[in-house]
Amino acid sequence: MVAGSDRRGPGQMSNETPMSRHHTRHVHPDPPPDTDLSAAVAALSADSGPTVIVACHDCDLLNRLPGQSTATILCARCGAVLRRSKPNSIERSLALTLCGLILFVLSNSFPFLAMKTGGFIQETTLLTGIHELWKQELFGLATLVLLTCVLVPLAQMTGLLYILAPLHWGRRPAPFAARVFRLVQEVAPWGMMEVFMVGILVALVKLGHMATIVPGVSVFSFGTLIFVMAAAFTTLDPPLLWDRLDLRR
Amino acid sequence: MNGSAVTARRLGLINCHDCHLLVEAHQVAIHPRCPRCGAHLHARKPNSLARTWALVWAAIILIVPANVLPITITSALGTKQADTIMSGVIYFMQTGSWEIAAVIFIASVFVPFAKLLILVFLLLSVRCRTAWRPKDRTTLYRLTELVGRWSMVDIYVVTILVALVKLGAVATIEAGPATVFFASVVVLTMFAAESFDPRLVWDVIEEDA
Ligand SMILES: [Zn+2]
Ligand SMILES: [Zn+2]
Repeated sequence: MVAGSDRRGPGQMSNETPMSRHHTRHVHPDPPPDTDLSAAVAALSADSGPTVIVACHDCDLLNRLPGQSTATILCARCGAVLRRSKPNSIERSLALTLCGLILFVLSNSFPFLAMKTGGFIQETTLLTGIHELWKQELFGLATLVLLTCVLVPLAQMTGLLYILAPLHWGRRPAPFAARVFRLVQEVAPWGMMEVFMVGILVALVKLGHMATIVPGVSVFSFGTLIFVMAAAFTTLDPPLLWDRLDLRR
Repeated sequence: MNGSAVTARRLGLINCHDCHLLVEAHQVAIHPRCPRCGAHLHARKPNSLARTWALVWAAIILIVPANVLPITITSALGTKQADTIMSGVIYFMQTGSWEIAAVIFIASVFVPFAKLLILVFLLLSVRCRTAWRPKDRTTLYRLTELVGRWSMVDIYVVTILVALVKLGAVATIEAGPATVFFASVVVLTMFAAESFDPRLVWDVIEEDA
């Protein structure tokens, strides 16, 4: 039950925020650090006032962050972003996620491209496109497109809704919320809607040489969805959420 | 500076990969999960170098058929035309859509090759235990993580073409065998970037200092 960073050592080394006060405890590093390290830790925690010690995810350097700050803080050694200030993050991300879900339903209900050649009109939605790949026995590709453009974005949005809604309405976090948030973060690289949008634009130009192409409602709702989702994730404040979802409460 | 850097590992702490909580290593030895978010904890990504090498080699092998075999097969009015990734780029250049040619060239040719080269370079630099510009190498790593996904553009273009152009006798577009190889290259390089641990770049410098 003891976590290294939620503690207030002799040198005021702490990542305490008002919300995590119940979990602080004294700590005596084991084995005791050599003098070199103690001096370095003392230097890290020289200032009084609430500070947070975090390890950089890219180079493992321990950095001291001020408890309250509106600045973006970079790792002192490798330049990775350690923290960004995000005011009203829960409300903003929640609003954007709801908006995203509506746009997602719209995008998948209407055709995104229609093609006219002679008397034929061929319409495609995202899901019929995937079905077409499946019929051509390209099962791997169909699955990949389904995952990256439909299932992963949907999972991210419903996951965020599941985490944020109870927090916003002032209730306890939903059951398994920490696990859901971990999943939302881990699948993030596999959501590729913005890449798909570029694919649509390239296909438009390519087919423009062969036939008349009419962009459907879906292209516009999809384009908006990409910006809304990007905004929902930019306004998200993971350190704050981890503090609220803490499994030890 | 590097020799005296205070890292989490030197203080016997493990940084949770998911929620960035610092947990004492001896606690992790007893209970391997993060007390705050429940993730599995490791000081470094397990078997990072071996896994990354394996994924990179697989991608290097598959990138050959991905570029040599046709990615689309267009049949129009009785004639069949097979296009590779490069012949698609050339087609766009010849028809004057050079922006599209540039997008496809960068996403489908330049990014996958550059990403593999960077990963091989990072792996070799860790193996040689070089102290050369660790900050720039970390930036290179972050870049490969960021741009890899854009290689999927061509796969999506093929999906849309295949779905849209099936006008029976007039014209059809089929996905060629290269699509499977190319998609595998993109997925493998994404996993490879995932499994590489950039902290190894800094570890070898600290160990040697
Ligand atoms: Zn760093
Ligand atoms: Zn954690």
